[in-house]
Amino acid sequence: MLLSWRVRVSPRQTIAWTVSLGLGATFCFFFWVLLAHPWRWEAVAPYAGNLLAGWGMTLAVSAAALLMTVAIAGALTAGQLSAFAVPRALSRFYVEIVRGTPLLTQILIGFYLLAPVLKIENRFVVGVAILSAFAGAYLSEIFRGGILSIPKSQWEAARAIGLTGAQTYRYVVIPQAVRRVLPATAGQFANLVKDSSLLYVIGLGEFTMQAREVNAHTYATFESYVPLALGYLALTLPISFASRWMEERFRYEH
Amino acid sequence: MNIELTGVSRVYGATRALSGVDLAVSDPVRVLALIGPSGGGKSTLLRLLGGLEVPDTGEIRFDSTLLGRGDNPVKSGTAMATGLSEHRKRNGFLFQAFNLFPHLTALENVALPLAKVHGLAPDAARERALACLDRFRLGDHAAKRPAELSGGQQQRVALARAMAHRPRLLILDEPTSALDPEMTAEVLEVIAELCRDGQEIVLSTHEMGFARAVADEVVFLADGEIVEWGRPESLFGAPKQAAVKGFLGRVMRW
Ligand SMILES: Nc1ncnc2c1ncn2[C@@H]1O[C@H](COP(=O)(O)OP(=O)(O)OP(=O)(O)O)[C@@H](O)[C@H]1O
Ligand SMILES: [Mg+2]
Repeated sequence: MLLSWRVRVSPRQTIAWTVSLGLGATFCFFFWVLLAHPWRWEAVAPYAGNLLAGWGMTLAVSAAALLMTVAIAGALTAGQLSAFAVPRALSRFYVEIVRGTPLLTQILIGFYLLAPVLKIENRFVVGVAILSAFAGAYLSEIFRGGILSIPKSQWEAARAIGLTGAQTYRYVVIPQAVRRVLPATAGQFANLVKDSSLLYVIGLGEFTMQAREVNAHTYATFESYVPLALGYLALTLPISFASRWMEERFRYEH
Repeated sequence: MNIELTGVSRVYGATRALSGVDLAVSDPVRVLALIGPSGGGKSTLLRLLGGLEVPDTGEIRFDSTLLGRGDNPVKSGTAMATGLSEHRKRNGFLFQAFNLFPHLTALENVALPLAKVHGLAPDAARERALACLDRFRLGDHAAKRPAELSGGQQQRVALARAMAHRPRLLILDEPTSALDPEMTAEVLEVIAELCRDGQEIVLSTHEMGFARAVADEVVFLADGEIVEWGRPESLFGAPKQAAVKGFLGRVMRW
């Protein structure tokens, strides 16, 4: 009689239930906080235009930086995989320096040291340049890993059929590497969007800076920062979805 | 075919894959088979003959082309490098593990070298590739990717890729050792057909019956040296060397 009450639970089920309960509780707590809050939307309403402008600026900075990031990463990857020692060493050096220092430091050095020397005054241009110089280093490591993950047998087959080195990259290695680096690349792009929030330190009127100002004027912290979070999600989620969609489209293993 | 090896050695780290191999094969011979125990140096010899690698010492000539004279590695841009590259384009190479390009369909796998290496117009390349797939009874599978094909079908696609440009010499490295008996039969069938059509072939194989049936000349390699070579009747019928007798006794036993 008693035995029939005993339920067998596998370790996998235990883990699945623990994770689900934990996350569920976290979400519930979060929604409770949101619901219990005495909202004062009317305080921030007059500043909606500012927030929208900030969001637009973040979108513009991110989009421009995204393109430049890909170009920089491509160049760094080519440098690191080069047959020549000098470009290899220089690219490596660059990547290590950028990855080993905080973005905030790079923004400050870039804006107060390099930009004046180069006579660039436009904050947007400086912001895009710094952000893509930073993200490019990370992305190049992702690209490099993707290319090195293509098995030796593929290079050999390409050589055997007579493709040149450039053709091997173009027709054999890069198409396969792209598929492999898609998820990590999408993650890097989402990071780039979020990292652009640090550009407030050089006074670029992007989304985070606008939200901080709204908060400073209204003391409506929640009402300033919840739209901020949602605004960033509106930029990062499409990246995530696009990546999933492309992964599915480019898949060749069934 | 005219192949001449004099004192050819190839060393990988501490392993002597080939040590001082001399071999001369000349014209009525069309099909040359390499047999011998695993690790004996068969793949290494085929890779040298295919121009995928060059020897550490010694000299290899195929017809009148010099395929390396103990200058490893070959500097790009030199006459030797150009000669090797031309040699690779002229010949076809089949790998034990097929080494098809997984992101391309069967048709694209075969058409790629035709279009990019042999300069056929895209339409002509596709047409020729399709004809070639048909020849190997793969017409219905042209639009499939490697992951959607059986091992035997993949190896026949690889054979079509190696044959589509009508190679001077076809090099087959253990074409069936990754296949089950039924697929082995279907691939050997196709190779036997090529042999009957007069295609010049050098192959390594563990299928002794097949080697005996199709080869004009058989070479027994063990520990990087040629132990015995001769006509299949004599090598299989009345081997002189104890090592060959022992090997054949072991592999023919089952
Ligand atoms: N790229 C390499 N690096 C290091 N060692 C190698 C390499 N290629 C081959 N060898 C070694 O050289 C020797 C000969 O190898 P090879 O592949 O030519 O033998 P094989 O006769 O083809 O054997 P199998 O029948 O198993 O394919 C082996 O001891 C192998 O371990
Ligand atoms: Mg081998």
